[in-house]
Formats: sequence, structure tokens, C-alpha cells
Amino acid sequence: MVTRGFSSGRRPPSDTDERIPPGQYLEQGFPVLSAGPTPRVRTEDWSFTLKHGPRPVKKWNWAELNALPHSKMTRDIHCVTAWTKFNTPWQGVLIDDILADAGIEPPTAHTLAHSFDGYSTNVPTKDLVTGKAMVALLYEGKPIAPDHGGPARLLVPHLYFWKSAKWVNGLQFTERDEPGFWELRGYHMYGDPWREQRYSGDP
Amino acid sequence: MSAEPLSQSPWQTATIARIEKRTPRVTSFWFQPSRPFAHLPGQHVDVRLTAPDGYQARRSYSIASAPEAGAGIELAIERLDDGEVSPFFHDVAEVGDEIELRGPLGGHFIWQVSDGPPILLVGGGSGVVPLMAMVRHRTLQKSATPVTLVFSARVWDEVIFRDELIDLDDRRDGFELVLTLTREQARRPADYSRRVDAHMMVQAMERLPKAPRLAFVCGSNAFVSAAAEALIGAGVPARIIRTERYGV
Repeated sequence: MVTRGFSSGRRPPSDTDERIPPGQYLEQGFPVLSAGPTPRVRTEDWSFTLKHGPRPVKKWNWAELNALPHSKMTRDIHCVTAWTKFNTPWQGVLIDDILADAGIEPPTAHTLAHSFDGYSTNVPTKDLVTGKAMVALLYEGKPIAPDHGGPARLLVPHLYFWKSAKWVNGLQFTERDEPGFWELRGYHMYGDPWREQRYSGDP
Repeated sequence: MSAEPLSQSPWQTATIARIEKRTPRVTSFWFQPSRPFAHLPGQHVDVRLTAPDGYQARRSYSIASAPEAGAGIELAIERLDDGEVSPFFHDVAEVGDEIELRGPLGGHFIWQVSDGPPILLVGGGSGVVPLMAMVRHRTLQKSATPVTLVFSARVWDEVIFRDELIDLDDRRDGFELVLTLTREQARRPADYSRRVDAHMMVQAMERLPKAPRLAFVCGSNAFVSAAAEALIGAGVPARIIRTERYGV
């Protein structure tokens, strides 16, 4: 439906058009969104736990996780609130390298990411491996600011950014696809920006 | 709160039924949806504008009206000069125009009388909008739930819903309004003229009969960060603080 009197808008430059998913606009800043106050997690208190169901498989402290091989990912990111930001540069530890250090193959097809503030979000295990996702430790070469999820956040850049859990403190393999915080509150179970899977009921 | 996954409604057409300027930068638009629409206080809608060549712009706006109000959905939209959707509403939109919207959306920043008392609300600028839906819901439910609203605005003339809020405050029925102006002197005896801080939050909570069960904070990212830290500094547990940020 064409809106009467709406013609100009803020169109993206045509050479970037194909990088912007449907319904998104290009943002130069880095907006902050979260459901509660920003937790201040000190690296000396930080830990990351891999679980299979209720059972812990392996736990890393800050130094131990930082000692794993680092990888860099520069990606476009897409927030469900409709902004897209190009070329965000992250560095961290691939989920593949975390699994290798734990000496396991993914035991289930579903994963829940957990955070220090009680947040959680579900991601299919296949979307976390083969170089697709990492525990990010640096943004633009510097420690990640608390507002943006520091000291460490999950980075799953090909899904809407609520899946990239801030203040991440663990991954839990689950038998079923269990909804996380926003997925229980009406957001999509998968969240592919290119299919515009914002809310439950979207295709 | 429901633990059931919510099924989200698809896009629908709504007609602008009424337009009223609230402050120099904020105007309210009442939308009459074409299909049944039942929201909870604190929820928002997505609005979508479509240009003749198919280009679309969408933004989220909080609902200011209570679910019980029944006269359409009120969105109080602040004009952002570098925006692409809010200038359309302020400069182009007229009564009778049809706009696409989707909602209600959001399952976390919600409060209903049935969630229990008391409640602390903290809003900065147009961040007061979803809190206004909660306050109006309380009034229309004739609820005695103690609610204190701390509302930070730059100047007196930018206090959105000012007359309505002061009228509700004057009823002395358990709703308390605390205004703080950051660029002007306070106009009312117990109001403030500074940015929100922990001491202000302590004093705001002294107006409640006991510690709040939930605190809702809405505004710009800078405001929400400052207000959430002020609440934590005043002894409010982080787990009862719910935030909604514009993003920037």
C-alpha cells in the first residue's frame, strides 16, 4: 500500500542496496538496546560454561578462553528494530575452537546461549559452527564496551542481532528447540533477516 | 506474564482519526485500526510507510493510550529532524490518511494492575509514552496501586501530557508525579532541576508505601543508562528493573 505523501525517505545508496535486508535501514552509529540495566561483569569474575542439557562439559575463565585461537570477523549486522550496520569488526574465539578445546562434537541440533543477566536465546547448533559464530572479545580491536555486551558477547551475525547474546556466559546444547528470552515474548525462533523473520508467525 | 509464545498480528491498515500537538516537538496521532486490536500497557506498534517506487521505511512507536480507552491507538511521536518517518507524520500526515501498522508488539516492557503494587516509573523525554499507557490504565481501572512516575524533561514546555499528569497527581489517590527539568528551574515545590540521580530515586521511593515490585525505565540510551544506575545506586535490585531504549 503506497502511503500518501511519502516519497523521499532515507534511501540507501544504490551500490549498498543488496546488503540491506528487507525493512531495514542503514545506520552509521551503534545503537544500544537491552531489556534491563547493563551488568558490569569484571573479567576476574567472568567464566564461560559449555553444557549438554543440565550437565557441565567444560568451563573456562577469562584467561583460559582468551588463550584459545583468536579469529577475526568483519560483518554487516542487522537489528530487529530495523537498523543495519555495515562492516562491524570483531575478534574472538570461534565456537568451533571452543568445541575443539572441550574435545566434543556438538551433541544436539539445538543450543541455548545464556548470559550473566539471565538473558537467553536459542540458535540452531549448525548456525554456530563451521566458522559462522564466535564468542567475541574485541570490537574495533578494543575490549567490548559493557553497553555492547562486554566483556564478551556471542556473535551470530547472519541472524537478527538479539541472537548475538550480550554478556554471554555459556552455551547449552538442548534436545529440543527451546525458546529464549525474546522468543518467549513473541520473537521469531530463528530470526533470518533476509526472510524478515522478526516475530513468531513470520514465514 | 505469559510464558506462552505470543502469536504476532500481521500488518493492517489504520486510519488517522485525530491529531493533537502535545509539545513543540511531540504530536499525538490517534489511529483507528481496521481489525481488532488489543494491547497491554507498555507495548508498541511497528509503522510502515511505502513510497510509490516500493521503498519502505518502518519504525517502532510506543502506545500512549490505555487498552481501556477505546478511542483508537494514541502514538505520541517526537519529531527527529534527521529522521525519515517522524518528519512525515509531523509535516505530511493528515486526519483520514491510511497508514500500515503491525502490533501490538513487545512482551517484556508491560505492566498491568494485576501484576501487583507498588511500581516505580522513570521516563526521559518521549520515553514517558509507554509509561503513560500504564498510568492511564491504572486510572481507568480505578486501581489504588501506588505508582510514582519520575519524569525528566529539558524544560517545562516539553513535559508531554503535562496537564493530565498534574491533574492525576492532584487527586492524591496513590499516583505521584515527580518532575525534573534539566535546563530550567522547577515550577512545583517538590520537583527537581537536575538530571536523575540515586538521591532523587531514594526520595521518589519514599513516596511509595514499600519498595517497588517492578521499576520501568524508558528513554534514550544515555538516559536509561543513567536512570538504571541511579536506581541500582538507590538499592533497587537489577532484576526488577525493566528497560526500553530508543537505541540511540
